[in-house]
Amino acid sequence: MLIPHPLLGLRDAQEFTYLGDATLLNRPDPQSETADAAFHDYVYLRDNPAGVHRELWFHDAGDRSWLVVTRDTTTHEILGAELARDVKLGITA
Amino acid sequence: MTRLSNGLIDRSSPLTFRFNGTRYQGYAGDTLASALLANGVQLVGRSFKYHRPRGIFSAGSEEPNALVTVGRDAQTEPNTRATMVELYDGLEAYSQNHVGPLSHDIMAINDLAAPFLSAGFYYKTFMWPKTFWEKLYEPMIRRAAGLGALSGLPDPASYDRGFLHPDLLIIGAGAAGLISALTAGRAGAHVVLADEDSRMGGRLLAEDGIIDGIPAIDWVKTTLDELRSLPNVRLMTRTTVFGAYDHGVYGAVERVSDHLAATNGQVRQTFWRFTAKRTILATGATERHIPFANNDRPGIMLAGAIRAYANRWGVSAQRKAHDRIAIFTNNDDGHRTADALSKKGLPVLAVIDARPDAKSLGHYQTFAGSYVSDTRGRKGVNTIEVTRDGQSQWLECGVLGVSGGWNPNVHLASHHRARPIWDNEKLCFLPSGAPVGMSIAGAARGQGTTTQALADGQHAATNALYELGLPVQSHPAPVANDEPSNVAPIWHMPSRKRAWVDFQNDVTVKDIKLSHQENMRAVEHLKRWTTLGMATDQGKTSNVTALAVMAELTSQTIPETGTTIFRPPYTPVSMAVLGGGDTGANFRPSRLTPTHEWAKSLGATFVEAGQWMRAQWYPRAGETHWRQSVDREAQAVRANVGICDVSTLGKIDVQGADAALFLDRIYSNTISTLKVGKTRYGLMLREDGQLYDDGTCACMAEGHYIVTTTTANAGAVFQRMEFARQCLWPELDVTLISTTDAWAQIAVAGPKSRQLLSRVVDEFDLSNTAFPFMSCTELTICNGLRARLFRISFSGELAYELAVPARYGAALMEYLMGKGADLGVTPYGTEALGVLRIEKGHATGNEITGQTTAAMLGLEKMVSTKKDSIGAIMSRRQGLASETRRLVGLVPIDTNDPVVAGSHLFTTTADQNLKNDQGWITSACYSPHINSAIGLAYLENGTDRFGEEIIAANPLEGQSIRLRVTSAHFIDPKGDRLRD
Repeated sequence: MLIPHPLLGLRDAQEFTYLGDATLLNRPDPQSETADAAFHDYVYLRDNPAGVHRELWFHDAGDRSWLVVTRDTTTHEILGAELARDVKLGITA
Repeated sequence: MTRLSNGLIDRSSPLTFRFNGTRYQGYAGDTLASALLANGVQLVGRSFKYHRPRGIFSAGSEEPNALVTVGRDAQTEPNTRATMVELYDGLEAYSQNHVGPLSHDIMAINDLAAPFLSAGFYYKTFMWPKTFWEKLYEPMIRRAAGLGALSGLPDPASYDRGFLHPDLLIIGAGAAGLISALTAGRAGAHVVLADEDSRMGGRLLAEDGIIDGIPAIDWVKTTLDELRSLPNVRLMTRTTVFGAYDHGVYGAVERVSDHLAATNGQVRQTFWRFTAKRTILATGATERHIPFANNDRPGIMLAGAIRAYANRWGVSAQRKAHDRIAIFTNNDDGHRTADALSKKGLPVLAVIDARPDAKSLGHYQTFAGSYVSDTRGRKGVNTIEVTRDGQSQWLECGVLGVSGGWNPNVHLASHHRARPIWDNEKLCFLPSGAPVGMSIAGAARGQGTTTQALADGQHAATNALYELGLPVQSHPAPVANDEPSNVAPIWHMPSRKRAWVDFQNDVTVKDIKLSHQENMRAVEHLKRWTTLGMATDQGKTSNVTALAVMAELTSQTIPETGTTIFRPPYTPVSMAVLGGGDTGANFRPSRLTPTHEWAKSLGATFVEAGQWMRAQWYPRAGETHWRQSVDREAQAVRANVGICDVSTLGKIDVQGADAALFLDRIYSNTISTLKVGKTRYGLMLREDGQLYDDGTCACMAEGHYIVTTTTANAGAVFQRMEFARQCLWPELDVTLISTTDAWAQIAVAGPKSRQLLSRVVDEFDLSNTAFPFMSCTELTICNGLRARLFRISFSGELAYELAVPARYGAALMEYLMGKGADLGVTPYGTEALGVLRIEKGHATGNEITGQTTAAMLGLEKMVSTKKDSIGAIMSRRQGLASETRRLVGLVPIDTNDPVVAGSHLFTTTADQNLKNDQGWITSACYSPHINSAIGLAYLENGTDRFGEEIIAANPLEGQSIRLRVTSAHFIDPKGDRLRD
């Protein structure tokens, strides 16, 4: 697989390590009344869609960027890749 | 001998080879198959299930029958297709799957048992009685399974891997592939042209056609000459592209030296990974056969293969020169073989054509509307029964060619699940789609005449160039002289006798009928019930025919019956080449510490710690057992001073205005209160609340910290900290850099460590008041070398860690050794390091396993409730908060007894079962200070049970040992020494 790194262009997937569902960006508010339940969901529960999936890849053998890659799990088509930092900060390209 | 006068072999290079010990001769350019045929050898193997005599069936990688073992001893390679083995001088090959000589296989008795070995035999037979499975059935099946046998010896060959990134990858160098390469190469595209054959040209090499008025062979030569002159074109023979992967990535194996008598230092095979912008699949087509009764005898071959042997290798498939050759066909291509053979003066008996209106295309007899209804000949066909309108006659015949039409080689086009679709006009499956970036050209998509293939290949290349944005020059495509073959939908010849569909797996028309009766009608079920299409050939000559037979049985059309799809690999790939030579010490890179060479010069024993090689102990003259060295080293640290390279610990430099806040969230304990020049022990949790890693955090300056991690977790902790920085809190002003490799860090430990260091530092006050326990600083040593000093202790003694730029590590070690000689300075390895930390009750990966908590280490207060940190919330959930096991020390009641890590703990009176489990021993060693073995363990309410006697059970070795529970701090429990 090739991942279109937003800064470095097409890179081989072997340079990356995979983490999983990009919902890991949304760490719950630890102050919230329901923090216990929210963290349980955050740590253990994932959707497993057949189709478009947003997921986290780490450019381990590269520039150490965390990317949010949008991939179709049924075809492996990659629909986009963004810096996770930009996603978290709400910066759009 | 049945060698003809023509062919692409080098008659000036005769080669000697052996098959089953008999000496034969062939020529350079031969395959093992062509050389065997040239020597009149038809019988080359035995079939898988029935042990029927089998011969060479094809001339290419689709070969189902002629599987042989090549080489001997460690070089043995079983199940090699004789059609793909290039002849070299001294080649040794052996037939497979027989007991006794090939010609008199004792196991041929299986053929008589055929009625019991039908489809689904395994599933039906070995179900009962259940107790027979393990003792009888499984060993029996295992003995019978497979064809050739491995040597069982390590593979002595070397392998390599390579990567190429062409604009255009062309798979297959036949007419379509060559013209594609020429078109793209002339336009300046970076082209890789790969072909599994030893010679480029594909089917053109097997034909005697004309292209643009010259012999096709000459056209191939001219084209290759031009391609070789283009620096942007890479021609790769003996290179099988076996799989299409995502985003234009293809896997290929190049057989670099398999065809050579001596490898001359070359690797055996190379595993290539092509990342191509565009790909043209020009893999041609494979001929199919027509099942009829007893169609599996040696001498019965694909008609196109007979033609290929005659044209390319100058070999007739006859055993003896007067043996007559017959062709059974449902299309004109069969006639082409007869024509070619008769022109070479070979005795053609007739073409038996199932089409009622068939006519001869040359000077030979044609039996139109006829078919082969049976054959005879124990070790090779000698007579065939030809039937027309119910009238049969037996005719003598030594070779029978069968042609049922051609199946496009769509395999790689369907690797991304594009299902081939049936073309009712061409009577074959055509690709319905392809992986992104791939186009298909020539016979692989049903454009099967040479003229069509040339035009199609040129067209595909032109399109690819356009998509690549490269200039396209238009040339008229070359024209050839062959015609379509007018295949008729005739799939198999009915008979009550067995008619083979899949030769390799001994699947007959009857088996497909049985499968149909037993309701295994879907193609996927058919495959599993009968094993059709499995093993080395993956049904290349059988799948489509089987589908057609099933369609007939179900009175459905072929598309209604189903389709067949392919997965990688296209042809078998050895496991060794996928490893690409990364075996043994090359399995993964190893990292060497800055003092590695120095330690080696002292004769140190090394141990792998993750990727690192670390000195385990330093044996001295007279020490005969590792324990002697380790005890001495540990004692030297407690009595005097020891030095140890601890550079492998992860070091992460954290800087920024928000560094302290960031670290508060990374560590479960508070870092923001740490003052400049101080170091603090810290714990990291996983977000699920379990203990993850521990280490020290040193505050070097305002907003500048150095985090150390365990050796094993250095990479993972860094990755997680980057995750926290980029994905959780990108608004914080903090940057991270891994400096593990930049600094050599040396532990200087023991009561005399201060004295030793004072001889090294440049005017720095090391006194306890000026530089107390847990201090850190930057300083210079050895007259100006910049260094970092941390007063931290893993051993429990007065100790320091001194860091210098990595390139000075070895020099510093030697310097310390020299400066401390009178103090008894002793280098110590990881084993003594372990003894010292177990004696002190310090945790490592044995205690921090990912399934333990801070409370279990007695460090619950280090999980702050006043701030948020990774894992803080989940660490308070009931399942973890109610954990009652605690870290304790253990000593044997009989001081001679061992303490074995991994043992589970039980009270003295309890039955030793899971229910009564009290915990487990995490670490153990011999303590030269306690003078017995000692251990650390997690024990239920352990800190309330000091003095209690407990049993350590090691059921694997039948051990039950009585131990006394103690504090985990075997030495200096109050920590006076390290604060001294």
